Amino acid sequence: MSWDLVFILLVDGLANGAVYLLAGIGLVLIFSVTRVVFVPFGDVVAFAALTLAAFEAGRLPPTIGLVALLAVLATGAEAWRLWRAGQPEGILRAILGWGLLPLTPCALAYLAAGSDRPAAVQIAAAILLVLPITPLIARLTLQPIADASVLVLLMVSLVLHFLLSGLGLLFFGAEGTRTRPLTGLAWNIAEGYSVSGQIIMMVVAALLLSLLFYLAFEYTLTGKALRATAVNRRGARLVGIRPAHTALLVYSCASLLAGMIGVLVAPVTTMYYDSGFVIGLKSFIAAIIGAMVSYPLTAAGALVVGVSESFASYWSGALKDAIVFGLLIPVLMLRSAMAQQVEEEVDEIDP
Amino acid sequence: MSALLEIEDLHVAYGRVEALRGVSLSLRAGQIVSVIGANGAGKTTLLAAAMGLLPARGTLRYAGADLRKLDTEARVERGMCLVPETRELFGELTVADNLLLGAYTAHLGRNALARRLRSVFERFPALAERSRQRAATLSGGERQMLALGRALMSAPRLLLLDEPSLGLAPLIVRDILTIVRGLRDEGVSILLIEQNARAALQCSDHGYVLETGEMVLSGESAALACDPRVQATYLGGAADE
Repeated sequence: MSWDLVFILLVDGLANGAVYLLAGIGLVLIFSVTRVVFVPFGDVVAFAALTLAAFEAGRLPPTIGLVALLAVLATGAEAWRLWRAGQPEGILRAILGWGLLPLTPCALAYLAAGSDRPAAVQIAAAILLVLPITPLIARLTLQPIADASVLVLLMVSLVLHFLLSGLGLLFFGAEGTRTRPLTGLAWNIAEGYSVSGQIIMMVVAALLLSLLFYLAFEYTLTGKALRATAVNRRGARLVGIRPAHTALLVYSCASLLAGMIGVLVAPVTTMYYDSGFVIGLKSFIAAIIGAMVSYPLTAAGALVVGVSESFASYWSGALKDAIVFGLLIPVLMLRSAMAQQVEEEVDEIDP
Repeated sequence: MSALLEIEDLHVAYGRVEALRGVSLSLRAGQIVSVIGANGAGKTTLLAAAMGLLPARGTLRYAGADLRKLDTEARVERGMCLVPETRELFGELTVADNLLLGAYTAHLGRNALARRLRSVFERFPALAERSRQRAATLSGGERQMLALGRALMSAPRLLLLDEPSLGLAPLIVRDILTIVRGLRDEGVSILLIEQNARAALQCSDHGYVLETGEMVLSGESAALACDPRVQATYLGGAADE
């Protein structure tokens, strides 16, 4: 293998890693605050990509109907909860927050539909349109069972994935599609090889968003509140942090990340209604490397997964996924050994 | 003076087991009220119910408002703050971050937040020295100080303290109780739950004795400390010191 080839595979791996990094942050964000392994994350990625494709084709994306339906159901559920809790004065706020707010991107998407709209408007509309999907679904299905065991939450999450995947097939059909490149720029960095602006954009977006999340977690009270909820849910409640609010915030952030990933990968990968699942699964490996709680380790894991996938594709396209998923075995063995050590240390410190 | 916290005929059950049966308690503004009792008497359950962490039957009023309509977070917003026996700190976060989060519901500006943080550091200088240290690495006494400091960051009207002396060395217990009395002098009302009956009664204005989920005695703390039943059961038979 020549150095040129290594370089090319590394650049590809970096681009893959950037996508898994963003998705990994989304998964860790949700899990650390809510204990939900959010399997449908990848489906939201696919929805974003296919929604953008629909915009580019001059069609009204069916995602509008899904968001509108979810908004109506979530408003009804919240109003019913408030009524039963003897707080009817909160219903108007629920209609505004759970109904009108998610319907706003639907209206914007309706206006943005049409092939003559600028690409930036269509991209923004696609991201905004998928933004309410995760918080609305979570409000309807996961929030009412927020205190259930991790296993129950995982099962519900799996069901949600199959539901969204089925809806994706119904809405967008089985055909795959690619969107237009976000940029046509390319840089020659070696003889006979150039790096596309699209790949640079993916890496830069991943770095910028990671930095943004780092700053938010370290330097804002809301970021600290999210970390506090992840560390100690009961302690968070005792200082007045509402777990339902923090959950809503992380689901919204994750949805935003999923929307951005969808828009970034759609020009370089043919997206099908179920393509997001594999992206989600590989990001899950990155998140597991980060023990589902550590962002820096998840970032490192995302890079490992991305680069491994790139080299595995070169060695054996057929075994590419098997090699990447095979990474889980040594990682889990190492994690298991480390967890035993930590347990022993905790026993010594806090008998 | 009207009561800041009023509990009447409170019942709390864990499944079929009733942990509190018809408990009543009253706390006036600016008072320290202690509840003493043996392990398993229901003291911690009483505080958890008062904070809305457990479902309860009965009357719970705070500053005239019906507490049953407020969830735990709303009670914190209104000035109630529980320092639990388990401390419930954010172990992975720094001491300073733990304290800042104590003021989460206060919605303070940057300067006001810094002032409040400074005042807590002045009260607990040990925390100032360890402000960048992770909370999980603190000693037992420092954790208790941090739990108290975090509660003070919210400028509470009513502080609910669950076993603040638990697992601490006598000297640290003395310091903590001195701080508790100082808080009362500054106008903070305190409901103090303690197994260390002698310390609790010395520190408080009014006391209650909780036994197997029922209030069996109440009165001025000084009088309660002289009660033969209290002396025999909780003060080791010794006279008030």
